[in-house]
Amino acid sequence: MQASVRPALSVNIPPTVTNTAPRDSTPALSMRMTISKVNFFYGSKQSLFDISMGIATNKVTALIGPSGCGKSTLLRTLNRMHETIRNARLEGEILLDGQNILKQDVTSHRRRVGMVFQRPNPFPKSIFDNVAYGLRINGSKAPLSEAVEKSLRRAALWDEVKDHLHKSAYELSGGQQQRLCIARALAVDPEVLLLDEPCSALDPISTAKIEELLVQLKDLCTLVIVTHNMQQAARVSDFTAFLLIGQLIEFSPTPQLFTTPGDPRTEAYITGRFG
Amino acid sequence: MSARLRWRKFVSGFMLTMTGVCAFVAVSALFLILGYLVYHGGISISWNFFTKLPVPVGETGGGMANAIVGSGKLLLLATLFGVPIGFLGAIYLAEFSGGTTAFIVRYAADLLNGVPSIVVGIFAYAVAVLPFKHFSTLAGGFALGLMMIPITLRSTEEFLRSVPKELREGAMALGASKWKTIATVIVPAAYRGILTAILLAFARVAGETAPLLFTAFGNEFWSQGWNQPTASLPAKIYAYALSPYDDWHRQAWAGGLVLLGLILVINIVARGILSRGISVSRT
Repeated sequence: MQASVRPALSVNIPPTVTNTAPRDSTPALSMRMTISKVNFFYGSKQSLFDISMGIATNKVTALIGPSGCGKSTLLRTLNRMHETIRNARLEGEILLDGQNILKQDVTSHRRRVGMVFQRPNPFPKSIFDNVAYGLRINGSKAPLSEAVEKSLRRAALWDEVKDHLHKSAYELSGGQQQRLCIARALAVDPEVLLLDEPCSALDPISTAKIEELLVQLKDLCTLVIVTHNMQQAARVSDFTAFLLIGQLIEFSPTPQLFTTPGDPRTEAYITGRFG
Repeated sequence: MSARLRWRKFVSGFMLTMTGVCAFVAVSALFLILGYLVYHGGISISWNFFTKLPVPVGETGGGMANAIVGSGKLLLLATLFGVPIGFLGAIYLAEFSGGTTAFIVRYAADLLNGVPSIVVGIFAYAVAVLPFKHFSTLAGGFALGLMMIPITLRSTEEFLRSVPKELREGAMALGASKWKTIATVIVPAAYRGILTAILLAFARVAGETAPLLFTAFGNEFWSQGWNQPTASLPAKIYAYALSPYDDWHRQAWAGGLVLLGLILVINIVARGILSRGISVSRT
């Protein structure tokens, strides 16, 4: 990590919509998604407070923060996975390409915003059927085998599995399973790919492969990654948002957040004083 | 070695022996029954048993062909009636119902499971025999199917619930609707367990006699149709085993062996089908 013993900046720039375009970014930066004034409740317990931020197109945005800070919750709201939980309630507005996602049909929204989970979760099907799943349920008329190959190539898994596409996905290693899940998500050509701690169950080599992959995927879609690992956020992301007990403390371009954090709490967290 | 350590070693050895002996007793009970049945049934069984109708007392030979076919028909009806209800009910319980509904349905299913089979027989007699004024294969299948419902329902529900949450989320995140998720991911992930549950329910009712006594009733000849009385293996075994004739006793043993063989064959075939699929790793 960088040496961050320098005193924290005393100015805490409030994370409002106005500074979602990060401080020193080019003005041309377009936003794929915009989150504005989002409050989130599990029953009566509020777990996100007035979050506003933008997700820049074809960039990697990382969400960091200690356990329970709401980063996974925030990520899940982006493809409305929070609706699978009873008593969950969302206030505020989330836009995808300028349209409020809460007013869209939920299944078609989730096709545009894919998700990869913490633990690899391939279906109990063959490798091929896993990747083809999203295409099949969407009634895609495209030739399946081409689409499957394309997705597996994009997920850097093709060379390892091309000779046994019809074997069970459970025969793959953990890292391969996670890349299979990425391929499965990519198969439906999502505009945004959400990743919820995608490497936390993987060994360092598999992690390195996935990180490398994420950087390549930027050209295809917009990425949002939740991570516990600050080095990972620093390595792969363009923008980083730091959350603490449900509040967005700081949101800046990644190099800036890690070298000159604008909030003493951010600095305390990234230098390992808590969390 | 201190006295305390010696005592602990003794207790450990004693308990290990006890658990081992109990495990052995549990298994040997099964093998004793099997061995006894195979021995007595084996010497009584013949080709005629499978092809001939029962003969009156005094005549030798004859078989239980009508009872074998009758049992097959009854079990087919029971499966067609009980399994879909149990299976779809389990999907509702595991995937859709709220806490209170689920509790009530589950509790009712457990109670139904505990209802003595003779009571199920009386119920089937009241609703499926009395209104038509005659015994029938259909009524017998209904009684057995009724008994299959709670077993299928409860175990299918357990297997559906044990499908990891991550699989559901994976499918939903790809834009699958709830029904699609259930049909294409959850049920396929749990289908081994579900099939095992159905087989257990099947094996359980295959040997039931009481619900058939006043529904399918019995028949010395070929059944004339689905709405006519039919012979069945358990009822035939019951009647023959209680008779004073040695020849009938032998037939009863052979019937027991055939019933067991039938269940065994269905089990093996189903497991053969199962082993070809891909199962969820349980972690």
